[in-house]
Amino acid sequence: MALSILHRVTGVGLGVGTLLLTWWLVAMASGPGAYATFQSFIGSWFGQLLLLGFTASLFFHLCNGIRHLFWDVGKGFELRTANATAWLVLFAAGALTVISWIIGYMVRGGAL
Amino acid sequence: MSDMRTPLGRVRGLGSAKDGTEHFWHQRVTAIALVFLALAFVGFLLALVGASHAQATAYVGSPIVAVVLVLFLVAGFYHLKLGIQVVVEDYVHSEAAKVGTLLFNTFACAVLGLVCIFSVLKIAFGG
Repeated sequence: MALSILHRVTGVGLGVGTLLLTWWLVAMASGPGAYATFQSFIGSWFGQLLLLGFTASLFFHLCNGIRHLFWDVGKGFELRTANATAWLVLFAAGALTVISWIIGYMVRGGAL
Repeated sequence: MSDMRTPLGRVRGLGSAKDGTEHFWHQRVTAIALVFLALAFVGFLLALVGASHAQATAYVGSPIVAVVLVLFLVAGFYHLKLGIQVVVEDYVHSEAAKVGTLLFNTFACAVLGLVCIFSVLKIAFGG
């Protein structure tokens, strides 16, 4: 039940996040100076926090979205199944977020 | 007269919710596309961590990345427009406020989407 409102909240959150996405692409299209400004923002603690929220929302909304698509074809409605897939979604979203951030920091540190 | 609908109602193809199934179907189609496109998008972000401007523009401007990014932006902003529409319809009930917010949603998604797509194309073709 909590997952259904979370699906909506993450959806709206991702919508707000498109402002960040727009800034990134416009900065890149504008030139090195504008891009450097964006990079220093996204590298700041606040920028990293926003990015964490964005990526976590993206992975949750994606995983729970797949769960929704299964419901659309009529599968997985039994209460036990729905509960189990709810936990699966939370675990998968969490894992994807952690893995991608580890990869990100490895790339930043030059390990990859 | 098999379905008790007026000719105009039949032509419009909308149900009693004044929406028909188009919204539902488009939301699902963009959702399926976005499963792949969003994962690709995250891949692009990871590839570009700490990249210089020159590296970033070369990457984003390359054919496959640019095309996949534009597909992601089209599907994403349309999916966003449809999703926010549902949220607004659920919570805003005064007709004027609802129409106003829905218009704003449609226009904002269109404008931001186009700005993003233009940026990618500028990077790819502008040099």
